[in-house]
Amino acid sequence: MSSGARLRGAASLLGTVPFFAYVTIFLIIPTLVVAIGAFTGDGGHGFTLDNLGALGDAYILAAFGRSVVLSALSALFGAVLGGLLAYAVSTARPDGLLRRVVTALSGVLAQFGGVTLAFAFLATIGLSGFVTVWLQDHTGVNIFENGVWLFELPGLVLVYTYFQIPLMVIVFLPALDGLRPQWREATESLGGTTREYWTRVAGPLLAPAFLGSALLLFANAFSAYATAAALVSQGSPIIPLQIRGALTSEVVLGQANVGKAMALGMVVVVAIVMTLYSLLQKRTSKWLG
Amino acid sequence: MAGVIARRARRQRAFRWAVLVVLGVFFALPMAAMVEFSTRTPGTWSLLANWSRLDETYPALAEGIVASLEQAALTALLMLVLLVPTAIWVRLRLPRIRRLVEFLCLLPLTIPAIVLVVGLAPVYAWVNYLVGGSALTLVFAYTILVLPYAYRAIDAGLSAIDVTTLAEAARGLGAGWLTVMWRVVLPNIRSAVLSAAFLTVALVLGEFTVASLLHRTNLQVAIEFLGKSSATVSVAVSLTALLLAFVLLLLLSLAGSSRRAKK
Repeated sequence: MSSGARLRGAASLLGTVPFFAYVTIFLIIPTLVVAIGAFTGDGGHGFTLDNLGALGDAYILAAFGRSVVLSALSALFGAVLGGLLAYAVSTARPDGLLRRVVTALSGVLAQFGGVTLAFAFLATIGLSGFVTVWLQDHTGVNIFENGVWLFELPGLVLVYTYFQIPLMVIVFLPALDGLRPQWREATESLGGTTREYWTRVAGPLLAPAFLGSALLLFANAFSAYATAAALVSQGSPIIPLQIRGALTSEVVLGQANVGKAMALGMVVVVAIVMTLYSLLQKRTSKWLG
Repeated sequence: MAGVIARRARRQRAFRWAVLVVLGVFFALPMAAMVEFSTRTPGTWSLLANWSRLDETYPALAEGIVASLEQAALTALLMLVLLVPTAIWVRLRLPRIRRLVEFLCLLPLTIPAIVLVVGLAPVYAWVNYLVGGSALTLVFAYTILVLPYAYRAIDAGLSAIDVTTLAEAARGLGAGWLTVMWRVVLPNIRSAVLSAAFLTVALVLGEFTVASLLHRTNLQVAIEFLGKSSATVSVAVSLTALLLAFVLLLLLSLAGSSRRAKK
């Protein structure tokens, strides 16, 4: 390379300076603050493993456990119900109104979370919610007979499922579209039944896509904060809420960097899940692309 | 054979409608409940329609609404200024670092917003020191949060056109790089830019995590605060915000699908 070309190359790099500077300040530095803070002692200096060790404390382990259960259950329900909905839509006309409306609505509802979703469920099955009151008045059934489960894990699973189903439709529909009708015809001409088609042809073909989508749903639920924060005001059952506690009560000595360790733990979980997701996604695009 | 196919089509139709009805009820119920809940106290909706009275009765809510609208507009602007020239420039002049830019833009997907807040706290201590603690400073964090979605929209737009040929043609006719970007490439990716902006606005209007933990106000923070004292109004505002985001995103996805259909 001549020096002139090298100079031009360096000059072109100048055009990207604003972008890289911005991303460094507001994305890279925060990431490093978390990563380094997780290994830093209370005074702000000195390497330590105490913060990571604190992740072994019973209450943090329990919160991690509940986060995993919540994410896994809402991913399972979301994947199964969303998968059924995606299949129902995929059997309709590809350019029909039904399909366009369902995919458009799914795109919207998958983004629907946070405070508004929490309030929607409070208005529905809160203590004075529409359904709660209606059931009490018309059938005498009290849905909170055994305690107010809406603000605990079962309630969170229900509310999270609301945005997981549409997300499943969005990510799983392309895989279903990859199933060719010829494969079904081939199964039939070889004497296969519908059941055999699903268990021995379509099932194995769709398995990586289904599993991958479920993993994406898991990561989605695992990183969600706003919905739970708006719904749960007492206690911190799941990890994002524990981090809120560590952030807002920095007066408690030594909690700030434990918060960073928990944050790092979340990133590690999400990164592992997303890596598996992209591996499965590659397999899917090979088989059903 | 024809009988089998007809029978299967009938079965599929029955299955389709069963699934749609059951899930349709599940998804419609909370919306219906919000409408019912927000009409329990008469006058809630007329209060919302009257801005000056709303401002008087719930100043925090009015402040949050204004803050969110300003944040949405400024985030969209900053995102476009930062991302569009960079994306075009990297495609034209620096294809070698395209993967790096893509990686950085998609990175926020693996970093949950709650984690980003933890790391942003010290950065915002500096922001406070340099430009103050206004709610508008959230725009810096929001631009990062919307980066993956905006990048994908703009990148798809750029992939659909032949940027290099367009740029070379313009350069050959004596255009400078600014002219190439502003008058040649930008008009060709108009719809991608528009969808990136729409997504940004929808995401910012729904943002709660960063705002509440950095102690700044916006619509969602105001709604949550109000929910503790007057649930009816906060449900009504939630519903309005939701419908606004719905309309934005529905327009976006319907426009997208009709564009694809035309091709």
